[in-house]
Amino acid sequence: MYNEKVMQVFSNPQNVGYIEDADGVGKVGNAACGDIMEISLRIQDDTIVDAKFRTFGCAAAIATSSVATEMVKGMKLDEALQLTNKKVVETLQGLPPQKIHCSVLAEEAIKAAIEDYRARQAKA
Amino acid sequence: MKVYLDHSATTGTDPEVLQQMLPYFSEQFGNGSSQHFYGREALRAIDLAREQVARAIHATPNEIYFTTGGTESDNWAIKGIAQSLRHKGDHIITSAVEHPAVLETCRRLEKEGFRVTYLGVDGDGAIDPRALEDAIDDRTILITIMTANNEIGTLMPIREIGAIARAHGVVFHTDAVQAIGSVAIDVKQMGIDMLSMSAHKFYGPKGVGVLYKRNGLRVGRFMDGGEQERSMRAGTLNTPGIVGMGAAIERAIAHMDDNNARNAALRNYFVEQVLARIPDVRLNGPADWNRRLANNANFSFEYIEGESILMCLDLAGIAVSSGSACSSGSLDPSHVLLAIGVPIESAHGSIRFSFGKSNTKEQVDYVLDKLVETVERLRAMSPLFQYVQGEQKYV
Repeated sequence: MYNEKVMQVFSNPQNVGYIEDADGVGKVGNAACGDIMEISLRIQDDTIVDAKFRTFGCAAAIATSSVATEMVKGMKLDEALQLTNKKVVETLQGLPPQKIHCSVLAEEAIKAAIEDYRARQAKA
Repeated sequence: MKVYLDHSATTGTDPEVLQQMLPYFSEQFGNGSSQHFYGREALRAIDLAREQVARAIHATPNEIYFTTGGTESDNWAIKGIAQSLRHKGDHIITSAVEHPAVLETCRRLEKEGFRVTYLGVDGDGAIDPRALEDAIDDRTILITIMTANNEIGTLMPIREIGAIARAHGVVFHTDAVQAIGSVAIDVKQMGIDMLSMSAHKFYGPKGVGVLYKRNGLRVGRFMDGGEQERSMRAGTLNTPGIVGMGAAIERAIAHMDDNNARNAALRNYFVEQVLARIPDVRLNGPADWNRRLANNANFSFEYIEGESILMCLDLAGIAVSSGSACSSGSLDPSHVLLAIGVPIESAHGSIRFSFGKSNTKEQVDYVLDKLVETVERLRAMSPLFQYVQGEQKYV
């Protein structure tokens, strides 16, 4: 049911981990639904210079986490906020219909991390 | 190395069984309902298979009806009784851990006005016979409880259920799809009125099954059409499949003790090693092997999700099955695991390993190594694991 691209990313995911003293962290989903995605970002001059993820979930959740973190690295924050789940799915050359929600989680996790960063900036 | 540990999903047709089926495709292709010699040849083969199936469960050949498999047999048994005993009552008793072929059929009948009691189960997955007896009322027409659970291998107290059903004059159907070939069945002694089975679970072909129906029990016909199966189930008989089913069940019964002993030895070693080598893992289903199918093991691996475990093992050439929602596309994890009280988070991280004829100790050792690796790898990626390890970096 998964295409080769998804399996390839799943078997060798990029950006696994957590950034020490991250500038912004987004965590979405919950264990009862079977998916939790946590993305941490290092941000300098309004640009994402590093992104890492930790995910509890299926192969698609892990693959979308990898692809989304890979895509936003080097992006300006406003640009990263434009990242849609559709683009994540395209990069993976498609996902089974019941797995589309994983790509939505990835989009939401990136947005949540950026919001977290902006909230921290506003406080500072 | 390729390792198949999903024998509860299906088994490959035994090569010797296949040999017996082959002539009935192109050479002896007659329709068992035809009167000429082609037809008689096919009918003889079908009659032999009917005897083989009957012998395996201590029934008589005229109590055996061929179907397309377990799902059809379950549908027929339950809907057939609902139809034939509608005038007597409207209540059906089943369990919360049945196969979807039974549960969904019961839900359909609920929509048509029947009342269904879904009995809860204990932590091992078995129903309490006293609770069953308490659930019977004067409008109860059917008890349908599986012989053995397909996910966690629990053996239901079939003999007691049969006795209770008989004492109250209620029809008893059992889905024995997962049990045939592993559990000795005597329908008369066990008080079973109807029983479903499927050939591909015991090294027979796919697409053929049986409904056993006790003589004298009136059940509505399932498929309208010709007069096959004593006018109870119309449709040209699948001669090669039926021949295969007969041959397969005969072999399954003859080698049952040996197969169970081999499977149990591998399974017990596997379970012991998993529990010793992987922390934070729970064995789902009975720890008392006498209450469980000899070839079944089911675990929840905490902090990680079942489908990703399945896919990692798949990449290592190992075929298993997951009770996790993610493989089926719904968000609800296994209804069986939830029914035995597994927390929903843990139910998401469950995997079934079902052993069979092809498995060796060498394979099990390979699977153990890959499983340990997989669990470590996925836990290293899991946010839940990090929090539990006390390494939470933020709030």
